[in-house]
Amino acid sequence: MSTMLEVSDLRVYYGKVEGLHRASLKVGEGSIVTVIGPNGAGKTTLLGAIMGLLPCSGSVRYAGADLAGTSVEARVSMGLCLVPERRELFGELSVEDNLRLGAFQRIRRGERGLDADMEAVYARFPRLKERHTQLAATLSGGERQMLALGRALMAKPRLLMLDEPSLGLAPRIVREIFHIIADLRKTGVAILLVEQNARAALQVADYGYVLEPGEVALEGRSAELAENPRVAESYLGFAGKS
Amino acid sequence: MSFDIVLWLVQDGIVNGAIYALLALALLLVFAVTRAIFVPQGEFISYAALSLALLQAGKLPGTVYVLVGGGAIAALLDIAVALRDKAPGRLPRILAVYVLLPLAMAGIAWWAAPRKLDMWIQVLIVFGLVVPLGPILYRVAYRPLAGASVLVLFIISMAAHYVLTGLGLVFFGGEGLRSQAFSGAHFKIGVLNISAQSVLVVLATVLIMASLWLFFEHSIYGKALRATAINRVGARLVGIPAELSGSLALTLAAFIGAVSGVLIAPITTIYYDTGFLIGLKGFVGAILGGMGSYPLAAIGAVGVGLLESFSSFWASAFKESIVFTIIIPVLVWRSLTTRHVEDEEE
Repeated sequence: MSTMLEVSDLRVYYGKVEGLHRASLKVGEGSIVTVIGPNGAGKTTLLGAIMGLLPCSGSVRYAGADLAGTSVEARVSMGLCLVPERRELFGELSVEDNLRLGAFQRIRRGERGLDADMEAVYARFPRLKERHTQLAATLSGGERQMLALGRALMAKPRLLMLDEPSLGLAPRIVREIFHIIADLRKTGVAILLVEQNARAALQVADYGYVLEPGEVALEGRSAELAENPRVAESYLGFAGKS
Repeated sequence: MSFDIVLWLVQDGIVNGAIYALLALALLLVFAVTRAIFVPQGEFISYAALSLALLQAGKLPGTVYVLVGGGAIAALLDIAVALRDKAPGRLPRILAVYVLLPLAMAGIAWWAAPRKLDMWIQVLIVFGLVVPLGPILYRVAYRPLAGASVLVLFIISMAAHYVLTGLGLVFFGGEGLRSQAFSGAHFKIGVLNISAQSVLVVLATVLIMASLWLFFEHSIYGKALRATAINRVGARLVGIPAELSGSLALTLAAFIGAVSGVLIAPITTIYYDTGFLIGLKGFVGAILGGMGSYPLAAIGAVGVGLLESFSSFWASAFKESIVFTIIIPVLVWRSLTTRHVEDEEE
């Protein structure tokens, strides 16, 4: 399995404060990788830097190319997509317009088959189809997350980065979202998932990294990480099985 | 004051208000997309009105020099970036947009000026000369500091305004010009004697508003502009380049300015700096409408037109002061009723 994304020694500064200290990670093609860790460990910063929203040092290689100096828009058209923690939807536009704008780069390139992709998104999220004329701002929390996911899928990503997709959602909706993430694997898209809900994230992922304030503290296959007593104690909410 | 006079003042107010409404929409659009208070909006009006008057007089308007010169600066900036990024593939497009198009328009104007062509063709030539100034202005003045604060963007706007007004004085001179009316016809409705020119102003305004509505509701680029205005981060994440939105917004603003200039040229004598005052009244209209809603801004702008026409009847020496003074109570009222929103950070 070849490497889709390779981040090495990534450092991000907010003024003089270091938001991320030499983080390194890899995402293989078609695999699901999760980054777990406490609040303020720099998980969102990490995704922002990979997406090009934040200036950083170190290297980000995607599909074999160094992304230094590449604009956010160019990264999107290369198939790199971020679903941010705050969703960043277009509240005063309809659900359908939000989805269509997700494919903006593809429309600009004159690609066809958008209607079929729209139908595929609606098939995955029937709730969005029901509400396709509604304004995005009127949706519930779970529907907003589905719309954010759907909008990102309309860009036909090769690597989808999800920032806290379960944040603020009811448990039933969280299960639904993780079910969808697991299901996306079939489409061949690689996923980099940042989560505080470590248990659910490790269940769905192949490989995991534990980010503690500013740096990668642990990494390993998800099943092994879930067994690790330190991870279990700090992030899974119980004190080991011993 | 008789009823006839009221009707006459209302008619006058609506005609001027229609033009202010167009400008208010342009200001609102540019502000929503780029966060810049677009002071140079008025220069597009002066440039368009004076260019039309000069073409009618058989002279080459100085706009061509501003267009070709501005295009050359924009091209140099973009070429520098392309060379730095080692992307020579961008050069043909840069040259086409910023060098060949301005040169072609200048050539057409130079050819057409002495021939005194049909008025509608002259209007099209004026659009061709003024509208490309929008994206050029964005490239030269705004794009290098697009991420800056609202205050910095406002300072850029002031600078752009002074530069364009100064160039206007250089190329058009200090004399005022007035172009011929599109039609000399008059309609009599009751006591009112409505000129065809007034009807044309209102019709054109309605037509442009309708086309803007269609553009924003039904085209992907219109939606992309709205998306940028609604959520800047979201827009970047779906791959809408901020430069594209900014450039498009200023192109539309230049187009609206050019239309306003052409419409107003036969009604008022236009000097190189008249546009600024007209643009300011559009701005007052946008403020009255709360700087957020297009319909409210349009209504506010018509209100400005009416206020102006009535105050010119009662106290003509103070008509400008009255129009600009109403901004103060409106701002006080708004600051008391609206929640303060922090300047947005990227």
